[in-house]
Amino acid sequence: MLRRKFVLAGTAAVLAAGLLAAPAQAETVRIATEGAYPPFNMKDKAGKLTGFDIDIANALCAQMKAECTIVAQDWDGIIPGLLAGKYDAIVASMSITEERKQKVAFTVPYYKNYLRFVARKGKPLMVDKAGLKGKIIGAQRQTVSAKHLETKFKDSVKIKVYGTQQAAWLDLKAGRTDAVLADIYPGQDWIAKNKRFTFVGKKIDINDQIGIALRKEDTALRNRLSAAIRAIRANGTYAKINAKYFPFDIYQ
Amino acid sequence: MGERGRGPDGNMWDLLQYGDQGYGDELVRGALYTLILAAASAVVGVAIGLGLALAKLSQSRGTRLLAFGFTAIFRGVPELLIMLVVYFGVGIAITRIVALLGYASRVEVDKFAAAAFALGLVFGAFASEVFRGAFLAVPKGQIEAGLACGMRRTQVFLRIRMPQMWRFALPGLGNLWMILLKDTSLAAIITYDELTREARIAAENSGEAFLLYGAAGVIYLVFTALSTGAIGRLERRADKGVRRA
Amino acid sequence: MIEVIDTYGMRLLAGLWTTVELVAIATVLGAALALPIALARVARNPLLRWPASAYVFVFRGTPLLIQLFIIYYGSGQITAIQDTSWWPHVREYWGWICGIVGLTLNTAAYTAEIVRGGILGVPHGEVEAARACGMTTPVTYRRIILPRAFRIAWPAYGNEIVLLIKSSVLVSTITVLDLMGQARTVFSRNLDLNSYVVAGVMYFAMIYAFDRGWRAIEARINRHLGERTDARTKRVFESGPA
Repeated sequence: MLRRKFVLAGTAAVLAAGLLAAPAQAETVRIATEGAYPPFNMKDKAGKLTGFDIDIANALCAQMKAECTIVAQDWDGIIPGLLAGKYDAIVASMSITEERKQKVAFTVPYYKNYLRFVARKGKPLMVDKAGLKGKIIGAQRQTVSAKHLETKFKDSVKIKVYGTQQAAWLDLKAGRTDAVLADIYPGQDWIAKNKRFTFVGKKIDINDQIGIALRKEDTALRNRLSAAIRAIRANGTYAKINAKYFPFDIYQ
Repeated sequence: MGERGRGPDGNMWDLLQYGDQGYGDELVRGALYTLILAAASAVVGVAIGLGLALAKLSQSRGTRLLAFGFTAIFRGVPELLIMLVVYFGVGIAITRIVALLGYASRVEVDKFAAAAFALGLVFGAFASEVFRGAFLAVPKGQIEAGLACGMRRTQVFLRIRMPQMWRFALPGLGNLWMILLKDTSLAAIITYDELTREARIAAENSGEAFLLYGAAGVIYLVFTALSTGAIGRLERRADKGVRRA
Repeated sequence: MIEVIDTYGMRLLAGLWTTVELVAIATVLGAALALPIALARVARNPLLRWPASAYVFVFRGTPLLIQLFIIYYGSGQITAIQDTSWWPHVREYWGWICGIVGLTLNTAAYTAEIVRGGILGVPHGEVEAARACGMTTPVTYRRIILPRAFRIAWPAYGNEIVLLIKSSVLVSTITVLDLMGQARTVFSRNLDLNSYVVAGVMYFAMIYAFDRGWRAIEARINRHLGERTDARTKRVFESGPA
């Protein structure tokens, strides 16, 4: 009986310790990324986080002479996690949008994104309002693609949203959607692995700038990160990382 | 994302291997995390359940009402919803409370704690009814005898009611444990790396949904069967010396 | 919380309707499936008993989430489905269809056990009397066993339907926009926890209303038994799951 009480008390203590973490050290920047968004952030065979975003994050921290820890967080919870204090910055190919600016603050952009439709080869698709009428288009929830579909194609297409980009690709493969609207570089990455699919239509430029999100009150950290972004652009580190993943400059 | 290829002969069963080529080790690790989550939730749940049960048996009407109200809420709302609210909300809530107290420190609620807490709350709500019934089932004669011998109320509680209560509570608790084992799969939705989530990652990357979800299903069945056996044995042990009608 | 209801109220109501649809259809189909399974479970013939027991074991022993994933993502593996003639018409609702199939198969297993419990609870004296009167087994079932079993199992079955309502939230993971699916979409827009709270209140209200209605019906179908404080007649909110 007594032992049972000890076990209960012990577990309660462990849980309490797990719930309350020590305050973050001054020079450790905790960064969150999604880990499900090749080639920007993904997990390699050993389960380690890797990709363009991770390399940029590490380069920025080196530039700022700070210690960085990078954790994975699912997309739906990535902003709430930031607001709850689980980490200090989000480097996960997040677009700078007015909606998000109401909750978080962004650094200067570190690359520019375009949207593009992906569909099965051999099935011609006109990607305007008329051509897409009645079609089922997929996109990841809480992204600019989803937003774009809702604002520009509201009354003509049927929109399906998914928790991860991968789930959206899976349904496209299974024929449950006619096309997916996604960011151009991950789209390219996926098409390379799935030869039966291709881009349709031209790339859509909605002036989508990708930045690092922070809590609004962390202005000091934000300025340091922005300065670091400019610095690695200037000193060639950015170009090196860029070249590792893309044959062209993705900053513009 | 970490793609695994099929073996050189293209055999899909290779996906279940250990090591870098297959997902076998990830699934086993996920299974382990499932058990850990279930165990932690059960501990939290039993603690909460006991507390609530005692509250429901209390003399004060207010306490009873609160306890019944709490139970009603956590049994009438889907577990997933509770988990999402705990996951997203508790961190923010605690941070605000802590800030009010003057500490600037940030409080983290990680996925494991959120999942264990949420599942524990629901388990506790259901368990409180099991415990309440179990306490009421302890033969009144024994309690009266204890009091007649001059034991204090606390002694009667600790020495007579508590030990006997467990015997009546076991079937109900066993049932709740089986349900808890399966509810751990909900933690996959807040991306805690238990079995269902590992299976999902593996299935998404390899395209072999039937194989990998099927394998996860088999592991759950094994857990279910083992639990049924263990609970049966515990019940038989607890019933030792009791005359059956 | 008012802002959530104001801006997104219609979406949440649409989700509520989808949930009610799903639960109603799964309940009816599940019950239809559960009856033969329960009968097979109590049959004397092992060829009938074994498959039924296996079915119940599998569907009660694995999480609903896994079952839904197998159905939804597994069907994605079967490319032959995409080539059929009816595919273009159903693919928009495929998540919904998979949800119905998964919920039905799952609830049928639990319901079969409840029905079995009801059948086993029928006082044996009544069955013996039926045999003595010369009733054949099918007639005994139809006139004596099943009506009685139905009344015995009623409270437990109500419990199961409540659990079905709570489990239905999982279809939101396979792209179905039920109440939970809408709540998640709304939350992803406004990052306001109240989105989930409002959904929670709606689920609670739904379950509470259902429970009251179910117990009212129970009182009516058992009215020939007079006033009783039956230990088995417990409120959904008080008793444990079946």
